[in-house]
Amino acid sequence: MRPFDYRRAGDVDEAIALMGTSPTARYLGGGTNLVDHMRLGLETPDLLVDVSRLPLADIEDLPDGGLRIGAAVRNSDLAADRRVRERYPALSRALLAGASGQLRNLATTGGNLLQRTRCPYFQDVTTPCNKREPGSGCSAIEGHSRNHAILGASDACVAVHPSDMAVGLLALDAVVRVHGPGGERTITIDDLHRLPGEHPERDTVLEPGELITAVDLPPTPFARRSTYRKVRERASFAFALVSVAAAVDLHEGRIADVRIACGGIAHKPWRARRAEEMLVSEVPDEALFERAARAELDEARALRDNGFKIPLLRHTMVATLRDLTLETS
Amino acid sequence: MEADITLVVDGERRSLTVDTRTSLLDALRDHLGVTSPKKGCDHGQCGACTVLLDGRRATTCLTFAVAQDGAEVITAVGLVTDGELHPVQEAFCENDAFQCGFCTPGQVCSVVGMLDELRAGHPSHVTADLTAEIGTDPAIEDDEIRERMSGNLCRCGAYGNILAAVRQVTSS
Ligand SMILES: Cc1cc2nc3c(=O)[nH]c(=O)nc-3n(C[C@H](O)[C@H](O)[C@H](O)COP(=O)(O)OP(=O)(O)OC[C@H]3O[C@@H](n4cnc5c(N)ncnc54)[C@H](O)[C@@H]3O)c2cc1C
Ligand code: SF4
Ligand code: FES
Ligand code: FES
Repeated sequence: MRPFDYRRAGDVDEAIALMGTSPTARYLGGGTNLVDHMRLGLETPDLLVDVSRLPLADIEDLPDGGLRIGAAVRNSDLAADRRVRERYPALSRALLAGASGQLRNLATTGGNLLQRTRCPYFQDVTTPCNKREPGSGCSAIEGHSRNHAILGASDACVAVHPSDMAVGLLALDAVVRVHGPGGERTITIDDLHRLPGEHPERDTVLEPGELITAVDLPPTPFARRSTYRKVRERASFAFALVSVAAAVDLHEGRIADVRIACGGIAHKPWRARRAEEMLVSEVPDEALFERAARAELDEARALRDNGFKIPLLRHTMVATLRDLTLETS
Repeated sequence: MEADITLVVDGERRSLTVDTRTSLLDALRDHLGVTSPKKGCDHGQCGACTVLLDGRRATTCLTFAVAQDGAEVITAVGLVTDGELHPVQEAFCENDAFQCGFCTPGQVCSVVGMLDELRAGHPSHVTADLTAEIGTDPAIEDDEIRERMSGNLCRCGAYGNILAAVRQVTSS
């Protein structure tokens, strides 16, 4: 591992200023992804700016009835928060479905959003990978592709985003607050992560040195009726093959509003807008869910090993919607 | 680059100089000779390196020692008070909850941290009702124990007896 300097930032401004002192500096959250990547040789920072102890570890009520989640809030604390469990269960469920108890105690909200793909070629510095080394080629397109994308991929990269939490946040229309050398800005969670296109080396739209300070949840009353369903190779402690987060507003026996987000299938958490449109103002029923899921997957393309994900996601979407509408429909 | 840090390990204040690249696990084992946390994978995947870090269970292989300057670490050895085993350790012995023992210190610390999480009312992935009060029911279901302990692997497959040990602690 390359030697590096370590600094604990006292406040947001200091963190951004420290980051500006070196082009290869990295922010350090819980370290559960970055330390691994430094050990594997994927990341070679000369400076770590520790932001895990910044005063960003609170979950605050917003005046509009929403919640502000500080970037340094640990995944375990966020999942256990009473307000989140009651008002945004999809988020609690997504977090609890990820990693393990002892990792969730370390992992932070900011770090979770910016964790990088688990594509095995990305993690192996001896193989070509456009995300790690632009222009070197993609080993997955004709290689082992069981865990790779079925939607939104490009000829340059077919990796998927691994975060469960981000999928939950996408179904809840979260907004990410970012501070950088140029000031503060907000980015919707849907805009934060990118599709790979020609530039798979860029996971997100963040500019160098930008720090995530918080994630805001809007007050969506019907998010109380939301959940997260994850399908994986074993019952616990494994990344998603596919996952679905959904929130449904039922009114007089019809779907007044709905949000659906999918994980494990694309370079970014995938918002199923086409399916959502087909469901709004309809009476919930399984055949309808099936049609909506099929429509969303219309443009899905399988690689050599991941064709199973297309029916698996369809079934998972139908089952999630059924779970949310069953008792009252 | 080197850094001077202080850790309180199993109740004892220890000052040391570490290369910033040293993980907390390596600092404990190689610098301080505290070998109860084990290095199974060094990638967060096995839980053998689990300790109680500032009171909460955490893996020590994916955090740098320098980032934990000032922290309190309790390892499985530190759970013994005045020669008395901790009730979780007692239950592991009585239930034969290990074979080779390599994963055991991490398992024991993880159980202690997990029980604190239960007492604090934290739900898990298999909790059916997220809004229900949690932690007051002593007869925690087996699937809850399995889920909450899934971050600790055991290559000897002593899971059945680990489950029995945890059940003994939660029902007493
Ligand atoms: C064995 C194992 C199993 C796992 N299983 C799952 C799983 O099933 N589901 C899942 O979703 N995740 C899983 N994870 C991943 C885990 O959730 C992430 O590693 C964790 O959330 C990252 O958070 P962190 O704070 O540790 O980030 P770090 O490792 O500290 O940082 C990650 C990245 O974010 C950057 N960063 C950190 N904080 C900020 C900030 N505030 N602003 C800007 N940049 C920042 C860092 O520079 C780095 O690039 C698993 C991890 C392991 C090791
Ligand atoms: S899928 Fe993306 S991350 Fe994986 S090898 Fe191809 S370019 Fe790299
Ligand atoms: S050695 Fe830390 S989790 Fe395996
Ligand atoms: S007892 Fe041998 S690894 Fe668990």
